[in-house]
Amino acid sequence: MSLLQIENLVVEFQTASGPFRAVDGVSLKVDPGEVLAIVGESGSGKSVAMLAAMGLLPWTAKVTADRLEFDGRDMLAMSDRDRRRVVGKEIAMIFQEPIASLNPCFTVGFQIEEVLRIHTGLDRRARRIRALELFEQVGIPAAEERLGHYPHQMSGGQCQRVMIACALACNPKLLIADEPTTALDVTIQKQILDLLVELQAEHGMGLIMITHDMGVVAETADRVIVQYKGRKIEEADVLTLFENPKNAYTRALLSALPENAVGGRLPTISELLSDEQIFAGAPR
Amino acid sequence: MLRFLLGRLAVLVPTFLGVSLIAFSFIRLLPGDPVMLMSGERAMSPERHAQVMHDLGLDRPFYIQYFDYLGSILQGDLGTSIVTKRPVFDDFLSLFPATLELSLCAIILAICLGIPAGMLAAVKRGTWLDQSVMGVALVGYSMPIFWWGLLLIIFFSGYLGWTPVSGRISLMYFFPPVTGFMLIDSLLSGQEGAFRSALTYLILPTVVLATIPLAVIARQTRSAMLEVLGEDYVRTARAKGLSPFRVIGVHALRNAMIPVITTIGLQVGVLLAGAILTETIFSWPGIGKWMVDAVFKRDYAVVQGGLLLIAAIIMLVNLLVDLTYGLVNPRIRH
Repeated sequence: MSLLQIENLVVEFQTASGPFRAVDGVSLKVDPGEVLAIVGESGSGKSVAMLAAMGLLPWTAKVTADRLEFDGRDMLAMSDRDRRRVVGKEIAMIFQEPIASLNPCFTVGFQIEEVLRIHTGLDRRARRIRALELFEQVGIPAAEERLGHYPHQMSGGQCQRVMIACALACNPKLLIADEPTTALDVTIQKQILDLLVELQAEHGMGLIMITHDMGVVAETADRVIVQYKGRKIEEADVLTLFENPKNAYTRALLSALPENAVGGRLPTISELLSDEQIFAGAPR
Repeated sequence: MLRFLLGRLAVLVPTFLGVSLIAFSFIRLLPGDPVMLMSGERAMSPERHAQVMHDLGLDRPFYIQYFDYLGSILQGDLGTSIVTKRPVFDDFLSLFPATLELSLCAIILAICLGIPAGMLAAVKRGTWLDQSVMGVALVGYSMPIFWWGLLLIIFFSGYLGWTPVSGRISLMYFFPPVTGFMLIDSLLSGQEGAFRSALTYLILPTVVLATIPLAVIARQTRSAMLEVLGEDYVRTARAKGLSPFRVIGVHALRNAMIPVITTIGLQVGVLLAGAILTETIFSWPGIGKWMVDAVFKRDYAVVQGGLLLIAAIIMLVNLLVDLTYGLVNPRIRH
C-alpha cells in the first residue's frame, strides 16, 4: 500500500480577477522508504500541492481531489482535529527559509519540545532527553547549550538542522522537504542533503523532495515528477528521466546548464517552447 | 544595557529643561495674574496689588524668576501653591493615587479588550466581524472625550440611573486614605458596600478614559497580527499540528506584541492628557482636575510643578516600556 496517494488534486485560489488554478489535476503516490522528487520552476504548484495534502493552505484555497489518502486514511474526509494528530507526527514538513521558519521569540529547545509535548506522552525530562538525542542525530554540536539558543543566534544551516530535528521528533512516516537547501550556501547545501538522505535511509521513511535543482534530484531521488504550470508533465524513475527524458520541457530543463548559455545568458524555456508543446503527451 | 540606560537618562536632562521652560512661560502668557483672581469681585487697589505681587516675587523680570525656579527644583522644591499654601509636591502626592487608579483601570480595560478585539479582527480578516470591530475602533478613536463622557452620563446616570455622576465614592462612606486607591481603601475599611460603591463610581470614568487607547491598541494589534500571520514560522507552527488557538495565541501573539507594547507605552501620555478632561467631567479629584483648577486660578507653581511631574512620569513609563521590549523580543536582549 502506498504511503501517500493523491489522485486528480486541484487547488484553486479566489483572486480579484476570478479563480486561479495553482494545481491542476496532479496525481502522485509515494511508497514507504521511497524518495520522490517533485521538480518544476517557481509557480509550478509544487509546494501548493504538498501544503494542500497537509491541509496547511489558507481558507481562500479550494482543494478538491478524487483521492487524498495517507497511510490508508482519507485526509479530505478527516476532521481538522484528526488531521492535526497526523500532521507534525506522521507527516512532517521542512521549509525553504530555515531562519524565518523558526519562531524568533522562542528558544529552539522549546520549539522541538513543543512537538513532543503535543504528539507524545513524554514528560518534561523525557522530552529534554529526546531533544538532545535529536540534536545529536542531526549533527548539532554542544546540544545541551544549543537547546537554549534563539534562532537568530544560529546560522542558516544550523537552523535547517533544527527544523529537521523538529520534523523527525515523532519519527514520521513521511517527510516533505520543500526546497530545503535553496536558501543555504553551496557547502551547507551538500551537508543538509547528505543528512536528509542518511536520515531517510536510517528511519525508512518516505521523503518528498520539492526542488527546482536538478542536481538535488540526481543526488537524492528514486523517482521524479516534473511539474509545469500546476500540471504533471512527466513522471519517471531518476535514471530514465536523466537518460531519456520524454517531455520537451524536461529536456529543456536538463539542458539548462551554464555551459549552454548564449552571450552570458540562458534562454528561458518559454522562449523555446510553447505550452501546447509542453502539455502534449503529459500524463494525467 | 548599562550604556543604553545611561544614554536614555542623559536625554532626560534637556527634555526636563525644555518642559520646565515651556510650563513656566506658557502659564504666564495667559492674561490676568493670580493676585487679581484671588481678590475676586472685591477689586484691589493698584498699590495693594503691586504690594502682593512684590511679596510673591512675581514683579521680578521673567528670566530671574525662571532661574530662581530652576534653582529651587534642583533642591527638590517645586514651590508652594498660591491657593492652598501647601507645597506642590505634597498636593501632587495626595491627589496622584486617584489619577493612577483611574488610569490603571483604563489601561487594563483597554488592553484586555483591545488585544483580543484586534486579534479577532486579524484572524477573521475581511469578514463582517473584522469590519465591525475596526469600524467601532475608528469611531472610538475619533470620539471627543468630553462629549462621549457627557453622553454616557446622560444615558447611564440620568436616564437609567445605574451609575453615579461624579466623585469617587458615595458620601455615606468615610474612611481615612491608606493607599490612596479607593478600591483598596474601601476593602480595607471593612465597611459593607463601600467597595461596591467605589466600583460603581469608577466605571464610567474608566470607560471614557479607556476609549481612545482601546481603539488604538485594537487597531495596532490587528495590523501587527496580520503581518505576523503571514510569516513562515506561523506556517511551521501549523505544520507541527498545533491547534489554531496555540498557533495564534502563542506563536503569532508573542511576535505581534512587540509593536503593541510600544503603542501601549505611548498611550500613557494620551491617558494623562485624557485624565484632565475625564476628571473634569466626572469631578474626579485627581491631578487632571487639580491642574485645570490651577490654570483657572493662575496658580503658577501648581501648573509648572504639575506639568513637570507629569512629564517625568511619561518619560519614566517610556523608559520602562523600552526595557520591557527586551523581555518580549530576544533579538534585543541578546
